[in-house]
Amino acid sequence: MEQPRTATEPDVPASAEPRDDAAPAAQGGMPEARIDDAVFDIAGLTVRYGSFTAVRDISMRVPRHDITALIGPSGCGKSTLLRSLNRMNDLIPIASTEGRVLYNGEDIYADWVDPVEVRRRIGMVFQKPNPFPKSIYDNVAFGPKLNGFKGNMDDLVEESLRRAALWDEVSGKLKDSGLSLSGGQQQRLCIARAIAVSPDVILMDEPCSALDPIATLKIEDLMRDMKEDYTIVIVTHNMQQAARVSDYTAFFTVDVDDEKGERTGDLVEFDTTERIFTQASDQRTEDYITGRFG
Amino acid sequence: MSATDTSTTKESLRGSGRARRADPIFRGLVLVAATSVLVVLAAMIIRTTLDAWPVFDAMGFWGFISGQQWSVGHSRSEVTGTYGAFPFIYGTLKISFFAILAAVPLAIGIALFINEIAPAWLKRPLASTVELLAMVPSVVYALVGIYFFRLYIWEPVGQFIASSPLGNLTFFGPPVLLSSYWSAANILAIMILPIITAICRESFAQVPRDEVNAAYAMGATRWEVMRKVIVPRSFSGIVGGTMLGLGRALGETIAIAFLIGASQRWAPQLFFGGDAMTSVIVNTFADAAPEAIWALLAIGVTLFLITTIVNVLARLIVYRVGQFSGDAAL
Repeated sequence: MEQPRTATEPDVPASAEPRDDAAPAAQGGMPEARIDDAVFDIAGLTVRYGSFTAVRDISMRVPRHDITALIGPSGCGKSTLLRSLNRMNDLIPIASTEGRVLYNGEDIYADWVDPVEVRRRIGMVFQKPNPFPKSIYDNVAFGPKLNGFKGNMDDLVEESLRRAALWDEVSGKLKDSGLSLSGGQQQRLCIARAIAVSPDVILMDEPCSALDPIATLKIEDLMRDMKEDYTIVIVTHNMQQAARVSDYTAFFTVDVDDEKGERTGDLVEFDTTERIFTQASDQRTEDYITGRFG
Repeated sequence: MSATDTSTTKESLRGSGRARRADPIFRGLVLVAATSVLVVLAAMIIRTTLDAWPVFDAMGFWGFISGQQWSVGHSRSEVTGTYGAFPFIYGTLKISFFAILAAVPLAIGIALFINEIAPAWLKRPLASTVELLAMVPSVVYALVGIYFFRLYIWEPVGQFIASSPLGNLTFFGPPVLLSSYWSAANILAIMILPIITAICRESFAQVPRDEVNAAYAMGATRWEVMRKVIVPRSFSGIVGGTMLGLGRALGETIAIAFLIGASQRWAPQLFFGGDAMTSVIVNTFADAAPEAIWALLAIGVTLFLITTIVNVLARLIVYRVGQFSGDAAL
């Protein structure tokens, strides 16, 4: 996870980049550094719903095979940003996107890109466990069947359930409805379902907000195991969760314009989780982390 | 002090008595309203069944519904004619079946288009147009069917089918008449389209957005989401809408009477004229002798039986599907 970094990189936008560990915080302006192997390179991303600007001018790089947490108060646009990473915002008719999101160097908002293909590579796990009202087996097989999977489906289902740490609990009842499972198991089923299409990145939108603490810890353990194979971006309301699981943290805030009555999400700071939680460079981050607002 | 408190409490709990006087009256009113429905229904069933009884008695119930000959007598006191209602039952079921066959896929398509595909600015006008179709009086459908559709669309299309290889089958064979089962089925299909579309739209809209998004997030295309999530998830709604449409098709009268051809024999062909249960009643009631009126009432009773069976079946299907999708693999 620790990558070599240099204090200044001329080719990196000077906004909210993680700073170099060696760079002193009080350098003036936003500290900057480099993530060598970025899955996403987001630059100047603005998402609007109609005339309402949900997030404004976001620039950050998401490191590969790490867990990046997006935190911040309600309405700061962290979910909007997450959903723009696999073009789920396209499904909202009034949403519009500016700026660029490079995924492995390619802009996923380019004209020639098929959003369906984007979503096959960048999977998503939602806030509320949402298994289909089908059997456990069919839930996992759903995506591979769509994509015309030709191999041994039984093996793929087992493998996906194993990776989601659910196999031991459901191996004897694959024909049971996915809805018969507990909330935590349902969420792991949804993770297995996302894994089954062999994505590269998994986006998680507050995956534990509907779960009890034990189930939450299981999902967090699972996330740490999964980062060997996947890049994970997680939105969370729970700062302890961000501190426990993530390697990098991006802190967002809401910019309230009282005159226009608008609330826009801004990226305040992006750094290693350790730094965000111990020596945040922006006062707002520190206030939020220490519970003074939000 | 405490004694005063108690008496005050007692007074306030007793209330003014206003509610106690008004409640029995209100209760009585709603009870009358509720029972009147049952009374009217029971009166209708008993009256029609009693009046139809001589015909059922003379023909036998089975003889009545399977008999193929309908020759009307003129007696005021006894059954002298022969009353076999099979041609009409056959006609009703045939045109209703084809109306459903045409309308259901079309309604599903329209509902999917409005809900899932149409751009926002088109949704509202399109939905209103479909709802407007439901408000057109059926006699207007009948007229438009007679003066336009059957001349310029249904008859030519029928001719085309009859002269194609399909026409070698008796069912699709010539001749193609202007007023036929085919014309009646077509007008029915248009008439039941709005109700089926409305119910389909409603059940599509109720599919949890979470599941739809989950499918999209796995790289499903719009078509795949509709086919694998939205439509299967709405099965009970589609069945419900179909049955409502079927109920309307079975009971529709005036448009059928105008378009089915009013021939009191049944024909195996689709493009041939026939008659239906409702249309024979409305076409022959005016100059029917008492015994013929009994026979028409017997048709009415039979139609009521059929619609009841259809409704019970529909509820059973919806209920079982609801149970199934709750706990098992669909």
